[in-house]
Amino acid sequence: MASDKDTPSLLGGKLSVINVGLDKFATELADHDVPVVHLDWKPPAGGDPALAALLSKMGA
Amino acid sequence: MGYTLNKVFQGFYKDSVALMRLSRDLAAMDGVEEAGLMMGSPSNKQILMDAGLLADDGAAAEGGDLILAVRAKDATAAQIAADTIEPEIMSQTRAATGDSFWRPQTIRAAAKANPDANLALISVPGEFAAAEARKAINRGLHVMMFSDNVSIEDEINLKNQARERGVLMMGPDCGTAILDGVPLAFANKVTTGDIGIVGASGTGIQEVTTLISNNGGGISHAIGVGGRDLKDEIGGISTLMGIDRLDADPATNHIVLISKPPGKTVLPNIMKRIGQSAKPFTVCFIGASDLDLPANATVARTLKDAAQAALGGDAFAETEISETGSNNNGTEIRGLYSGGTLAAETQLILLDAGLEVVSNAAVPGAGQLSDDVDGHKIIDLGDDEYTQGRPHPMIDPEIRRQPLAEALADSSVGVVLIDIVIGYGAHPDPAGQLAEMLIAMPGKDDTIIIGSVTGTEQDPQVRSSQVKALQAAGIHVAGSNADAAIAALKVPGINS
Repeated sequence: MASDKDTPSLLGGKLSVINVGLDKFATELADHDVPVVHLDWKPPAGGDPALAALLSKMGA
Repeated sequence: MGYTLNKVFQGFYKDSVALMRLSRDLAAMDGVEEAGLMMGSPSNKQILMDAGLLADDGAAAEGGDLILAVRAKDATAAQIAADTIEPEIMSQTRAATGDSFWRPQTIRAAAKANPDANLALISVPGEFAAAEARKAINRGLHVMMFSDNVSIEDEINLKNQARERGVLMMGPDCGTAILDGVPLAFANKVTTGDIGIVGASGTGIQEVTTLISNNGGGISHAIGVGGRDLKDEIGGISTLMGIDRLDADPATNHIVLISKPPGKTVLPNIMKRIGQSAKPFTVCFIGASDLDLPANATVARTLKDAAQAALGGDAFAETEISETGSNNNGTEIRGLYSGGTLAAETQLILLDAGLEVVSNAAVPGAGQLSDDVDGHKIIDLGDDEYTQGRPHPMIDPEIRRQPLAEALADSSVGVVLIDIVIGYGAHPDPAGQLAEMLIAMPGKDDTIIIGSVTGTEQDPQVRSSQVKALQAAGIHVAGSNADAAIAALKVPGINS
């Protein structure tokens, strides 16, 4: 049986995460020594979901 | 009715777990009758209004604003409570202050600064989640979307977009994954091994991975796909891509699929894909019947069956629970579940024993839950009706308090079945909290309570510690959720 260290990556590289939302997910990943960037996220477009969706489709 | 005060923090975001903790602190302050802290979305404002907590200031808040709402015995008490909690609201969280964290404001900025990033984990409110996922996929990132309340149209578009980019779109409503041995969101620390999983059910993945790990096996990867992936509208896009990845993965020698029964047009495509693989499969489509499987696949009726099949088919040891019957001579089983798929597994076991079952998340063969229907009631406390405006019961086990008190006060209920799900993401001590809840409940000594703990010794809560806490509270603990349901059937007076 493989040890923890030699599991091949499923995603084509060492797991490295951008966390968008719940703070605790970022701290738990960091506790597993996974590189993680935790976004300083706020609802975009002043909290208007329809405008936020439009902006994301425009590549903003 | 006391005095209601609202204070609005414009353009201020805090995540739902932090807000739940702060709301509790606020509600416990002197003179406070009720309190809530919520982002100012229309649905949240409705919840505050229904609770009698919305004042004019809060009603004028926008979706990007945070509303502090408190109802107290008088204006002074309300103001003191608000002033006391405000510094806590403004304080930075650990992730924001830790030395190793840098905090960009957009996915674009984060991806540019961190070109090795390969996964975006998205857990923002559902109305904004698709927009963030779209940005991540555009940058070639795999996505795990924990958020729910995302439209099926958005899900279809995101999954098609992800397929074109060759990245995985896990979710929406994907609670669990284990990638490269790392538990993501609600997942357990399991032994690494050669069994790979693709699952449309978070607690289903948790139960199967932990049973495998606790019985001598190990997990290569567990890919969550979201509960709707195998519906006809979605077409199983992420399930098929997950199978492709595990089929090509040299560390995976056996693949387990977990889902509700797939849609009619999806099922043949899944079967065809399984048949193209040289690896053995275990297929656990909870509640499905008459599956026509390829030669390299085995069907599993329950989650426990799936774990056993993946480990070669030998039966795990069963838990012996000896009971002579409940003191109240109740004949009904009441299931109070935080895990939706655990509730489904219990329904199947009861139905297979010939019992009448009703549920708010009914499997094929069970009836819909309503007040005037007879049958053993199996309740999924993670269903929307219980979680509107509050966190899932695996984060906030308080949701179980009222239905548990009702079950124990009901003399027709002889056995209560419960689940405790531990691991990353979950409450730090759900068994301890349940034990504390039970102390004050009349009827607990007349009713038999049977449960199981989904988790491992390596989880932060430590499975054996949780088992001991339940046993000390008088709860019988089985080795798996299936074993707990089977034990309930053996209680005299129940299986009739």
